[in-house]
This record gives sequence, C-alpha cells and structure tokens, in this order.
Amino acid sequence: MTGFLKDREGQILTKGVDPRSLVGGKPSLAGSVSQRACVFCGSRVVLYPIADALHLVHGPIGCAAYTWDIRGAMSSGPELHRSSFSTDLREKHVIFGGEKQLYQALDELIDKYQPKAAFVYSTCIVGVIGDDVQSVCKRMEAKKGIPVIAVMAEGFQGSKKDGYRIACDAIAGLIGTDDSKDVSPVSINILGDFNLAGELWMLAGYYKRMGVQILASITGDGRVQDIRNAHRASLNVVQCSGSMIYLAKTMKERFGIPFIKVSYFGIEDMSDALYEVAKFFTDEEIMDKARELVKSELTTLLPALEPYRIALKGKKAAIYVGGAFKAISLVKALRLIGVKTVIAGTQTGNAEDYTLLEAICDDGCILVDDSNPVELSEFVKQTGADLFIGGVKERPIAYKLGIGFCDHNHERKLALAGYEGMLNFAREVYETVTSPVWRLKR
Amino acid sequence: MNASSCNACKQCMPLGACIAFKGIEGVLPMLHGSQGCATYIRRYLISHFREPIDIASSNFSEETTIFGGNKNFNTGIDNIISQYHPSVIAIASTCLSETIGEDVQYLINEYKSIHAGMAGLPEMIFASTPSYQGTHYEGFHEAVYAVVKALANERGKVGKHLNLFSNLISPEDIRHLKEIVSDFKLDAMLFPDYSDTLDGTSWDVYHRISQGGTPIEAVRKSALASLSIELGYILTAQSAGDYLQERFDVVCRKTGLPVGIMESDKFFDLLSAVSNRPVPEKYVKQRGRLVDLYIDGHKYVSGKRAVIYGEEDLVVALTAFAAEIGMKPVLCATGGESGKLEKTLRDVLGDLYSGEITVGQGMSFERMEKEMNNLQPDLMIGNSKGYYIARKMDIPIVRVGFPVHDRIGAQHMKMLGYEGTGMLFEQIVNALLEHKQRKSPVGYQYM
Repeated sequence: MTGFLKDREGQILTKGVDPRSLVGGKPSLAGSVSQRACVFCGSRVVLYPIADALHLVHGPIGCAAYTWDIRGAMSSGPELHRSSFSTDLREKHVIFGGEKQLYQALDELIDKYQPKAAFVYSTCIVGVIGDDVQSVCKRMEAKKGIPVIAVMAEGFQGSKKDGYRIACDAIAGLIGTDDSKDVSPVSINILGDFNLAGELWMLAGYYKRMGVQILASITGDGRVQDIRNAHRASLNVVQCSGSMIYLAKTMKERFGIPFIKVSYFGIEDMSDALYEVAKFFTDEEIMDKARELVKSELTTLLPALEPYRIALKGKKAAIYVGGAFKAISLVKALRLIGVKTVIAGTQTGNAEDYTLLEAICDDGCILVDDSNPVELSEFVKQTGADLFIGGVKERPIAYKLGIGFCDHNHERKLALAGYEGMLNFAREVYETVTSPVWRLKR
Repeated sequence: MNASSCNACKQCMPLGACIAFKGIEGVLPMLHGSQGCATYIRRYLISHFREPIDIASSNFSEETTIFGGNKNFNTGIDNIISQYHPSVIAIASTCLSETIGEDVQYLINEYKSIHAGMAGLPEMIFASTPSYQGTHYEGFHEAVYAVVKALANERGKVGKHLNLFSNLISPEDIRHLKEIVSDFKLDAMLFPDYSDTLDGTSWDVYHRISQGGTPIEAVRKSALASLSIELGYILTAQSAGDYLQERFDVVCRKTGLPVGIMESDKFFDLLSAVSNRPVPEKYVKQRGRLVDLYIDGHKYVSGKRAVIYGEEDLVVALTAFAAEIGMKPVLCATGGESGKLEKTLRDVLGDLYSGEITVGQGMSFERMEKEMNNLQPDLMIGNSKGYYIARKMDIPIVRVGFPVHDRIGAQHMKMLGYEGTGMLFEQIVNALLEHKQRKSPVGYQYM
C-alpha cells in the first residue's frame, strides 16, 4: 500500500481484519484526487430531471458545459432539462457584477421557453463577486408569476452531498404550493429515482399493477406541478437515500408524510420495496397483488438468471459508487448471480451507512470511503477482482488493469432497476467478465 | 437573446490547460480551486480519450475562499508527491482562485523555498486560466506558453533541433506529425506530446502516471532551437513560439493545421525548406493518392452545404479543405471570440472564399441551430456535441476534433497531412453516401 495518504487511514478497512468502523463524511483531502465532485454537482444532478423547469447556471461556462445532457434521465414530455443554459460570465461581470446579466437572462429565457419554474444555480464565484442571486430570483418570480428558485450551490461549500441537501431545500420550497391534482387515497411519492434509461416507468408499471398511484416522482421524469402537489401523498418511498432522505424528513415534519427507505436494485430489494409499500397501506388486496406480481416476475426471471449465475460463479467484484444504499443493493444483487464483492466503497456514505454495508459484506472485503485512483487500482490488484462496478471515472482503472466493467452511474443507457433491470445487469456483468478480449492481453 | 448561452460550443480554460499539461512527461496536473473542477474535467476528458486521467485539486472550502488557498495548496502538493512522485506538477488556476486573487506563482516559490533541497522535489509550473477569460482553446495555449516560459533555458549551445508546437490535435495526429518530421530527418521537439499519455496501450501493471509525454529536458532546450514551427493561425495573444522568438531569437514560423492539400502543401514545403530536403517519396505518393481519391469522390461532395464548427484553427483548416474539394461551407462557427476567424478564413481560402459563408464567433449550438434553419445544410463537420442538431435536421454529422463523447476511437481520429486528409475525405463521402442510401426507397448496390 505504498503511497496511500496517512490522513485517510480511518477511511479504509478490511472486514474481519480491522475491528474499528469505517469513517465517512469527511471532506476530501487536497491533492488526494478524490472521485467526488462539488456542491454544485450534487444539486445539479438531483434537480436535473425536472423536465419542465428552466435550469440556469449562473457562472462562467465550465459548470454548465460539463453538465449538459449529463444524465440519461428520460422525460415522457418536455425536454427543457436537456439543454444547458448559462449566464456565461466574463471578466467584466467578475469586475462589475453579474446580477444584471442574470436578471436579463432569466427575463428572456422564461419568456422564450415558458417553463413551469426556474432553478438558478449559483457557482463558485457568484458569492465572491457579490451577486445577490436570491433577490434577483425574488424579483423575477414576482414579474413572471412562476417559482424562481435560487440554488445556492457554490462548489467550494462542501462536497456533492451538501449539494443534495441544497437541492432538497429547493424542492421543498415548491411542495405544498398547489392542490389541483386528483389524489387517490392510495398514493405515494417516489423520491430518488431519476428515470435513467426509463427505470421509473418500469417501477410505475409495478405500482400500477398493485393499484398504487404515484403522485409525484422526485425527480425522475419530474414535473413542477406534481412536485407542488406532493404534500398530498400518503407515503414517501425513498430510494438513493443519500440524496433524498433530507427531503423525506422535511416532508414528514412539515406535512406529516411518513417515509420508507427502499432500493430497486436486485430481486430482494425490489421485492421488499413493493411489499413495504403494500404493508403500509394495510390493504390485503394490495398485498395480494404485490405477491402475485413478485411471483410472476420471478417465475420468468429466476430461470433466465440461472445460466449467468453458473457462468459467473466464483467471480470477484469491486464496487465504487456514489451512495452507500446502491452499494448495499449491489452486494446482494451480485451474490444472487454468484459474484462475491471484494471491494465496496462509496463517495458519500456516512458511518451509519458503512455499518450496514460492512454487515452484508464477506470477511476480507475492503471497505473504503472517498477513494481515489491510486487506492482503487491497488485494491483491485490486491484482491484480484474480475469486475469493477462504478462510473466513467472508474472505467479506465478497470480497463487498464484488464478486468470487466459495469457502468452503474447516471450516464448509463441501460435500465438496471427492477426485475427487468436485474436481468440486464446480469447480462452486462456476464458479457464484460467473460469477453474473450481479456485473453489477448500480454 | 444574448444575456445567456444555451448549449455552449466551448469548454472552460482549465480543461484546455489539462490537455496540454498531459503532454509533459511525468506530470500530474492540479487545479487550484474547488474539487468539482477537477472531477468534471476528468470525467469530460475520460469520456473522450478513454484513458485514466488523474487531476488533483487543492479542494477549496469556504474557509479557503475567505482566508486564501495557501494551506490547501501546500497540502495538495504534499499529497500529490506522496501518492504520485511526479517529476512535474502543472498547476492551472480556476475562476474561483483567480477571483479571490490567489498568487499561485508566489505559492509555488514559497513551497519550493520551504522544501529546498528535498529529494525528488518536482518541477512546478503554473498557467493562469480563469474560465471567464476565454475558452478551453485559450486555456490550452496558455498552458503551452506557461510551460515553455517556465522551462526554456538558454544555457548551452544553439542546436539544429526545432520546436514543433502542434496545437490541440488527436494523439493519432501527433504520432503522424512525428513520423513526418522524422522522415524529413529533422530533430524536432513536439509539444505538447500527449500521444501516449492520452492514448496508451493496455497495461500489465497500473501506472499512476501514464508513460510518455515531452521530456522537460527537451522543453528546456526549446530556447536553443534553430526554429519553431507553430501550427494554427489563431492562437492566444502571446504564444509559446512568439515568446521564444522575442526572448531567445528563435524564429517562429506559423502555418495552419495541415488538413487538405493546400494547407498540407504549405506544411510540407516548410519542412522541405527547413530540412533542405525534397519532400520524401512516401509523401509525394500520399499526395498523389489523395488527389486520386478526391477525383473518385468529388461528385458526391460537390456543392454540399457544410456546417463546420469547433476551435477556430480547426474551423479554418476544415473550411479550407471543404472548399478545395468543392463543398460549400455555409456556416463556420466557433465558441471562441478572437475576432480573427473571418479574416483568417478569407486569407487562407483566397479565391475559394465565397460570400455565402456565414462566420460566427462566440457561437453556441443553439445559435448555430437557428442559423442552420435558414441555411439548409447537407452535413455537419465538428465535435459530437452537434449531434442533436444533426439528428433533428436529419443530416449526417462527421465527428472530428474535441470532444467526441458518443463514439469510441476519438483518440485515433486522423486528419492531418495527406494521409489523414484522405481518411477524413473518405469519412465525409461515405457519410453522405450512407445517408443517401438510407433515404433511397429502393436501396442499391452500386454508387
């Protein structure tokens, strides 16, 4: 482990060897080459899928350019979220301020695109040059009659996770401002699914079969009006809890809406999610429908997974993803197809998350918080992993070391949630791990 | 509509600086600013080059922003050294560090004086790249300039070697340029040479720092070169070549990116004059084959209305090429704002310049799309970010330049010299043929 940073020792452990618990939630060290992004990124990715809102990035061009069409978050209607708007600040704005530019930009863009709300993201230099973004938003809201929300997400204010919280605050500001939607007594909000590759639509299909209405999806295939009505649902079902738990708690406090934490990755967690929702409504009919659904899905899925399980038996996987809940689901899903997790790490987990993650991992598994390429490449070598599950920045580590890779980040175009997603996942893992290209390496 | 930009046709300065920095041997780039800048830029570059690209950050916090970045800077450098043992740390500023007035050169000097005599203390280089001052293209050239300025050193004898500042081109094109100058028996220092660092082989062991790059010793000797050749007419206000000319009397010859026959002829003639050798037979043949290929394909491109976009020098080169094969460039667009694009196009194209060309600087894709609606273009030539317009208008797009995020192999895209131009020409003709064939109600087996 040469060249590992001493100050990061508490953020790495081997299960069964190190008796301490893993430290999470610390700021990244300068020069560590963390895989984390910034506060702006955290808020931007969470709000991004709201398709009928204007998303205007207030700052120089980079932050907008790097988040243009960044998520595979699909919309069934408007696609305003897929354009990248920026005030494109220049030197003169840095000297004289960018408020006027922001005001004019909002004025023009709202007239042109007629969004249902506008999110204004302030980037690193905005506070430093003294722009009062909140006051511009307030004035514009009064002028245009739509919510114009300042997302104060200066990149340096913390890490990506702090951005999640800021995004939750922005959403919370919308909730409870409209009562016009028809609401069934059996209704839920989905929190923390971003409709990557149409995953939300698969989930919506399951809930529909159970007779459960989705009032608002926050934020996959999101719509402003749905979010404004979200306070009227009976239950919040929270996935990707790292990003959305704060909103769920806020809604519980403000509107008394209870929440449950779920995951839609893997058979076990997917089925648990449906059962938990059914259980909440204490309606035998809904529970029967859930059972029937799970049974019918598994009848086709389990035999379809079997050849993959046989082919992959004994393979070893490295997981390094954004949030801990995804990591936990992945460990279980991999186990189902015969793959053992030997590295499990996340960018944003906290101590509590890591206790849960450690509990389901096997002895010898390396757990790591806020890792970097130097460590990850070393761990892969040490453990002899055959597969890496991560995002774009982890892919070259896997490929250079000559092991398979599965993209489980927000750019992917393959649905991995739900029962259908489990099959896709198994197929993708199989295709990459068993590809003959690895044999050609020297 | 001008208070905002929609779908920018540019990236920020530090991104360009990072590409140039990756052309230094043994380098680890660092951005002085928020963590997000490094992470976003890594992700953006990895999606294009598909290689490990480690970029450190000094990771500003609220406290850093108020009290200054000196502590984070020092920790950052310490941690880079202990993890990577680089021979060079190349640092670019960001909009945040520039706005709060960080003096990075001072921080470097301070670090060096505290650690004077430390074994393995890396060389440290700084490029000032606040993203509100220009695009990734200016950032790239600022970094090239900064590296040369920091390293060029006149101690020693003036040599026969020359400097080749190759501009923002693909790793494959870098390799091709090196092949060409070597065939002219020229001893050239090409900078920045990221042909290996951003297009490596499959590895047997993990390299924390990718192998390859221009050795810093070679850059030091740039002040003693007999000549510099700089590719590109539209560089920053002061380029590396200009600097060496002014400071060390190394004559700088500028020529365009050698795409197409006209611009490649200029480049080959220059090399011929500099080396005092005729153009090698190999390239005479390549030129001959290219002309032959042009003739084979000229009817399919004739009069086709092309939209060409990207960095300014790329646009100039591609437009000269499009014009010489009989296409009609109708829109030449760039996100840059040098103010030199139209005049350069007129100068380079000469009598091939048509009054029908709309030249747009400071363009976004949204503005390009608006222009295109009136221009009825037949195809787009440029980076992959134009794809959505091509899709909407149902016209082919030929992906060249940076970035290409929706296809593999961007690092192998070759378009320089006669050989590279031939590959580009085939791509364009075949894209048009494919489109026509797909649209044909009957399909056909011959052209």
